[in-house]
Amino acid sequence: MSGFADHLILSRVQFAFTAMYHILFPVFTIGLSLYLVLVEALWLKTKEDVYYRQYRFWMKVFLLNLTMGVVTGIPMEFQFGTNWSVFSRAGGDIFGHLLGFEAAMAFMLEATFLGVMAFGWHRVPPAVHLFATSMVALGASLSAFWIMVANSWMQTPAGGVFKEGRFFLQNSFESIFNSDAFWAFSHMWTACIEITVFVLGGISAWYLLKGRHVDFFLKTFKFALAAAIVITPLQIWLGDGSGREVAETQPTKLAGIEAHWQTNPPGEGAPWNIVAWPNKDTQRNDWAIQIPYALSLITTHSFTGQVKGLREFPRDDQPPVALPFYAFRIMMAVGFGLFFLMLWTLWIWYRGRLNRENLPGQKKLLYAWMLALPLSYLAMEAGWVTREVGRQPWIIYGVLRTQEGATSLPAKAVGGSSLVLAAVYVFLFAVFLLFFRRILSKGPELRDPDR
Amino acid sequence: MSLIEMNLPLIWLFLIGFFLLYYAAMDGADLGIGMISLFSKDEKERLLLMESIGTLWHSNQTWLLILGGMLFGAFPMFYALLLSSLYIPMVAMLGGLIFRGVAFEFRTHARHRRLWSLSFGFGSLLATVAQGFALGGLLSGLEVVNGRFAGSLWGWLNPFSVLVALGVLFGYLMLGANYLSWRTEGLLQQWCFRWSKAASVITLFISIGVYLWTTARYPFMARKWVKVPDLITAGFFPLLAGAAFIMYFRSLRNHRAFATLLYNFAIVLLSFVGLSVGLYPYMIPNVIASPITVRQAAASPQTLWTMLAVMLFLLPVILGYTLYSYRVFRGKVENGYNTPDASRDRDALERRTDL
Repeated sequence: MSGFADHLILSRVQFAFTAMYHILFPVFTIGLSLYLVLVEALWLKTKEDVYYRQYRFWMKVFLLNLTMGVVTGIPMEFQFGTNWSVFSRAGGDIFGHLLGFEAAMAFMLEATFLGVMAFGWHRVPPAVHLFATSMVALGASLSAFWIMVANSWMQTPAGGVFKEGRFFLQNSFESIFNSDAFWAFSHMWTACIEITVFVLGGISAWYLLKGRHVDFFLKTFKFALAAAIVITPLQIWLGDGSGREVAETQPTKLAGIEAHWQTNPPGEGAPWNIVAWPNKDTQRNDWAIQIPYALSLITTHSFTGQVKGLREFPRDDQPPVALPFYAFRIMMAVGFGLFFLMLWTLWIWYRGRLNRENLPGQKKLLYAWMLALPLSYLAMEAGWVTREVGRQPWIIYGVLRTQEGATSLPAKAVGGSSLVLAAVYVFLFAVFLLFFRRILSKGPELRDPDR
Repeated sequence: MSLIEMNLPLIWLFLIGFFLLYYAAMDGADLGIGMISLFSKDEKERLLLMESIGTLWHSNQTWLLILGGMLFGAFPMFYALLLSSLYIPMVAMLGGLIFRGVAFEFRTHARHRRLWSLSFGFGSLLATVAQGFALGGLLSGLEVVNGRFAGSLWGWLNPFSVLVALGVLFGYLMLGANYLSWRTEGLLQQWCFRWSKAASVITLFISIGVYLWTTARYPFMARKWVKVPDLITAGFFPLLAGAAFIMYFRSLRNHRAFATLLYNFAIVLLSFVGLSVGLYPYMIPNVIASPITVRQAAASPQTLWTMLAVMLFLLPVILGYTLYSYRVFRGKVENGYNTPDASRDRDALERRTDL
C-alpha cells in the first residue's frame, strides 16, 4: 500500500502547489480589472489625461498578470480528471457543471472582450471600449463566484443525495447556494480587492520613495487608501462571519483551526489559544497561551457558548491541527495589520501630510505599504491553507475522503509530471518577475513622443 | 417534455460534440499557425502570424475549457476516465498550451523576441501532437474494469494512434494555412496557399486511412457497412465529407480563400460526425471490457436539465459577442496591427470622438 500512499501524497502536493501558484494571479486581475473600469470611466467623464495614463500603465501590469493566470488556470480544470478521477465521478454531477458554467459565463466573456480591451483602441468608440473593460471585469468576478461556489460545495455539500458512490443532484439552487457559498465568495472576492489595494498602494509607495512620477502614483495611492478604508474592516467582519459559519457546518475544521480539543462544559467559556503546540497523539496541546472565554465569544458571540472540541470526533475524522492553526493566525494577524496600516495612513492624511511635498518624506509609512504587498498575498494563501487543510480528511466534507478521491496512477507518473510542472512554473515565475520589473522600471508613459 | 427528458444524454452528446468541433476548428487553426510560424523566413513575418490571431486565440482556447467543464458536468464518468487514462498526453497538452499562451504577452516585453516566437511555435506543436495522441488513444479504446481505467500509462501510444496524431497535425496545419490565406495578402498569401495545398492532400489520405483502420478494429462498426439501414447512416457522412473535399480543392485552386476556409470547416464537421456515427453508441470504443454507453456515462437528469437551460441561453450570447469581436478585428493583417501604443491609440481615439 505504500505505493498508493505515495501517489496520493504526490497528487495532493501537485494540486496544492498548482492551486497556490495559480491563485496568485487571478486575485490581482480580478481587483485590477475593477480599478481599470474605474479609471476609464473617470477618463471618459472628466477627459483628464491622467486617468487615461493610469489605465494604460496598469493595463500593462494587468495583461502580464492575466497571462500567468490563464496559462496556470487551464491545468487546474483538467487536474480533477487526471489526478482526482474518483472525486470527479462522485461529485461531477454538481462540481463539473459549475466549472462548465465558469468557463461559459465567465472565462469566455473575459477572453473575448480582452481582445477589444487590449487591441481595440482605435477600432471601437471610447464608450464601447469602456463596455469591453467592464465585461472583462465582470467575467473575472463571475469566475471567482463560480469557483468559490464549487469549492464551497466541497465544504458544505447540499442539493442532492449520495448513493452508489456518487452524488445525484436534485435541487440546483440549494447546491449552488449551499451554506458556505455566500461567506466563501464574499470573503475571497473581498480578498481580491484587498490584495489589489495593497499591490497598487505598495507599488505606488515604491515610486513615491524613489521620487519618480510622484503626481501619477500619488493618485493611485489615494485611490488605494480610499478603497482600504472600506475593504480592510469589511474583510475582518466577513472573516468573523465565515468563522461562525464554519463552527456550525464544519465543527472539526473549527476545532482544528483553534487547536480546541475539549468541549467546554455548560456554564464555562472556551478559551482562545493565541499560540499553542498541538499534539495529536495525546489529543491535547503540549502548551498554550490562552485568552479565557475568547473562543466562545468569537464563535458564538456569548461568553459561555458551547464550542465542540476535537476529542468529540474519531481520530480518523480529525484534520491536521498545527498547519491550519498557524495558517489561520498568520491570515488573521495580517488582516488586522492591514487594517491598522489603513488607520495609520488616515492619521497622516488627517495631519495634512498626504500630498506631493510631504508624503515622500514619510519613509516608514511607505516602507510599511511596500511590506503590505507580499503580506497581503501571504494572508490569502494562509487563508486557503486553513480552509483546505481544515477540511481534511475529507475531499467532500463528511462524504468522500481525500484518499478515496484520487486516481490510482503510478507514483512515477505523478512524480514526473509534478517535477515538470514545478520546473515550468518556477521558470515562468522568474520570467514574470523579470518582465514585471521591466514594466515598473520603465514606468508610465506620461509624455507624447510626437508632441 | 418527456421526449426531451428521455434524450437528455443525447442532446448533451450533441452539444459536447459541438464544443469539441468548434474548439478543433478554431484553436486548431491557431495551433496550425503556430506550427507554420516555425518555418517563417524572419521575425517580422513571425510577428505578423502571431498578430493575425492575437485577439482571437484566447477566446478560441476558452472553448477547450468549456468543453472540459461541460464534459465534466454532463458525463462525469467519461471525463474522469478520459483524463486519467490519457494522463501523459493531457499533461503534455497543458504544457504546450502554457508555452503557446505566454508567448503572446512575454514577447512584447522580451529583448530576445525569437525565444518567445519559438515558444509560440513549439508550444503549438506540442499541444497539437498531444491532442492527436489523446484522440488516437481514445479511438484505440480504453481498458475499463468496473468503471475505472485499468490500462497502462502508455496505452495511448500505438501505431494506430500515431496515424491519428499525424492526421490531427496535418489537419491543424491545413486549417491554419487556410485561415492565414484569408487574413493575409501578397507573397505571404501565396506561401500560405502552398502550405494549404500540401497539408490538405496529406490530410485527405490520412483521414481515409484512419476511417478504414477504425472500421477494421471494431467489428460492430464494420457490421454497419453490410446491413442496409445502418449502411445508409454510416455511409452518408463519409460520402458528404468526400464531396466537401472536392469542393474544397476547387476553391483552393481558384484561390478563393474564405470559401476554402468554410469548406475546410465542413470537412472537419463531416469527418467527425461520420466517425462518431460509426462508433455510436459507444463513447469509449472498448474491445476489452464492457462498453460504456452514452446513457451510462451521463450525469443525473437534474444536472443535464440545469446545464441545458443555462446553455440554451448562453450559447447565442457567446456566439453573438464572438462574432462582434470578429467584426471589430476584420480585414487583412498588417505589421503593427496589434501593437498597443498609448499615445497613438489615444490620438486615434480623439480623432474618432471629434468626428
